[in-house]
Amino acid sequence: MKFKTFAAFVGPSLFLMFLFIAAPLVSVFLQGFYVTQQVFETVDVETCTPGFVTQTCVTEMKTRPVFDNDGKVRTETKFVGLESYSNLIQPDRALAALGEGKWSEFMTIDFWRALRFTLTFTLITLPLAVGMGLAIAVAVNNTLRAIRGPVIFVSLLPFIVTPVIGALSIRWLFIGDGIMTAFLEWALDRDIAMFAQGWTIESLMLFYRVWHVAPFAFVVFYAGLQTVNQDTLESAIIDGASRWERLRFVVIPHLMPLIVFISLIHLMDSYRVFEEVVGFSSQAHRISLQWLTYDLLTPDDSGNRSISRASANSMLTMVGIVILLYPLLLRTWRDHRKGRL
Amino acid sequence: MKLRTLALAGAMTMAMTSAAVADCAFRNDVPLKSLTAGFEAWKAVTEAMAECGNFQAELDQEFRTKQPAAFAADPALYHIGGVANATLVPLLNEGTIRPLDDLVARYGQNLTPNQLIKVDGQVVAVAMMVNTQHLMYRADILDDLGIAVPATYDEVLAAAEKIRAAGVVEYPLGATFKTGWNLGEDFINTYLGFGGAFFGAGNQPAINNDQGVATLELMKRLTEYMDPEYLVSDSTYVQQQFQQGKIAMANLWASRAGAMDDAGESQVVGKVMMASAPAAVAGGRPASTLWWDGIVIASNITDQEAEAAFRVAMEGLDRQMVQANNDVAVWLVDGFAPGRLSEGAIDTATAGAVSYPAGPTMGLMHTALGNNVADFLTGAKDARTTLRDIEAEYLTAAREAGLVQ
Repeated sequence: MKFKTFAAFVGPSLFLMFLFIAAPLVSVFLQGFYVTQQVFETVDVETCTPGFVTQTCVTEMKTRPVFDNDGKVRTETKFVGLESYSNLIQPDRALAALGEGKWSEFMTIDFWRALRFTLTFTLITLPLAVGMGLAIAVAVNNTLRAIRGPVIFVSLLPFIVTPVIGALSIRWLFIGDGIMTAFLEWALDRDIAMFAQGWTIESLMLFYRVWHVAPFAFVVFYAGLQTVNQDTLESAIIDGASRWERLRFVVIPHLMPLIVFISLIHLMDSYRVFEEVVGFSSQAHRISLQWLTYDLLTPDDSGNRSISRASANSMLTMVGIVILLYPLLLRTWRDHRKGRL
Repeated sequence: MKLRTLALAGAMTMAMTSAAVADCAFRNDVPLKSLTAGFEAWKAVTEAMAECGNFQAELDQEFRTKQPAAFAADPALYHIGGVANATLVPLLNEGTIRPLDDLVARYGQNLTPNQLIKVDGQVVAVAMMVNTQHLMYRADILDDLGIAVPATYDEVLAAAEKIRAAGVVEYPLGATFKTGWNLGEDFINTYLGFGGAFFGAGNQPAINNDQGVATLELMKRLTEYMDPEYLVSDSTYVQQQFQQGKIAMANLWASRAGAMDDAGESQVVGKVMMASAPAAVAGGRPASTLWWDGIVIASNITDQEAEAAFRVAMEGLDRQMVQANNDVAVWLVDGFAPGRLSEGAIDTATAGAVSYPAGPTMGLMHTALGNNVADFLTGAKDARTTLRDIEAEYLTAAREAGLVQ
């Protein structure tokens, strides 16, 4: 292809990628180093609020913003360097807690708590989702052709459910005396509170994520299974390979590129876990990095928000995902090179 | 709070057209819009405003996230805003609402002086109702067990012990202990009940003291009598626990009182009574804070629009509206006849509960409390460490905001 044609094809998409991905990233990166604040003054202010029958007025020292002549709030932006990063990861407290071996205290620092959950969430659901997807694909591939359509349809259903709605439905099944909790209490004859401690909520979240994404892995693997070389399979049967050996030595190697693909997508998706935290309202016990960014950006009642720390947190989240994807990307890149040679 | 954002993703947007122009003293011909919270009282008020015509109300429980930006626009996206103590702060700080003194003088003849919210001598908002967390209890259970209505938290704990021993309900106590805003609010109520102060000179935090420890310990003792899932329990959850007869006592918002007698939802109609919020120490003030809800008028609109908006708002806050919706809220408007459901709120206020100390620093403190108190309740940290970490989180945020040098 001529370079000019190539450029004409790629140019618009490069431009849009720059505009919508690179530029915002740079902006977020820079925002992590600056803090914009209102200018405040401390003055005596008399405030009157309703009581019963009469009003209560109090005069006290209050901090209030300074207004410019045109009625706009005066703000100033200053360079703070890595302060937002250190406010976020709190190195002193983290090291002190770790030094004394107090894991539970270390886990009360939001960033580390979020990182711990995000990592376990990602790494535990990965093999489960890939394994479940493969198992369903193999099972469906071996069912009678006549009922295959309906079976595929049913297996796909969890994938179609909107993530937040799915999480909420599972939460309602288990919260308080929800149907499932009531059933478990009846079956096990003991009092169960699924939302009273972290690990039960966490396992519900893991279960929900696997339930939700396994169908995607299934569809991809099922398509892959249709392209397995039948001759190889037949010769394996003649060689006396068992069902398991055929799966292990013929099918899985054939599906390997798809497994890498699914793992890549899954890592990227589950590292930005967010819906589960909101859906299960788990923030007392479990939070994720993405949720932490959201929380820092949400204004409180008085309108305060921490844009700088939120930017720092998103940059660190991005660094994390790059580290996590690195081995898989390296592998894909090597395969790609090999294919060329 | 956040869950509600999503649950109400579509938001309850009610468009009320000017088809029926009734019961309004004048005919409004300036198109007006309002943004308020979505609970019953606001429904009643905005419906009364709509009677004047050309008025569109937006009722949204997440108004607090929309309001500052919508009012900062020029021209403002709404003319009338519904606010409470805390949500007034961002609007005041951005200078997006106008002083109402002139308008009150011209059109506010029916207002009582008690309704005028003044900052630095200027009227900035007009209050319509008060809300506070106070004791709700199952009168039938307390009578059966011969327990007097608890006036202090020690008595609450003693009563809870008796109720648990009798085994008449699943959990003796309920509480709005959901992590975040709710839990922070409960700490603030109790801490003020112990007579604590939140800030020292220069906006430095000052909660790491004996009152702070006492507050945390009291909260932890209360949780022993609650549903173990208390950290996800918000007002609606506690209300439902009451309605389903699962709990016997709770310190719950006055605005939820009406739901106890709603025969469509409640199994305990007429059995729940209201009393003043318990005191943290015997003889002390009730461990609760007073909140008001009211209206503000945007500053980025024309004077003509502001005048029309204020007149329409006054129609919404008039006698007829209150008489038609007497039990919906504890109204401050003239014509309100206090009933059984409002006794608790009135007792709490007359017994000396303080107003919620709203302000920019309090917003940050509230957030830090809401995020960290749970660590003590779950046992991850001891009381002193928890308080120290809350102060540290507050300081970080306050430095970022420029409130502490």
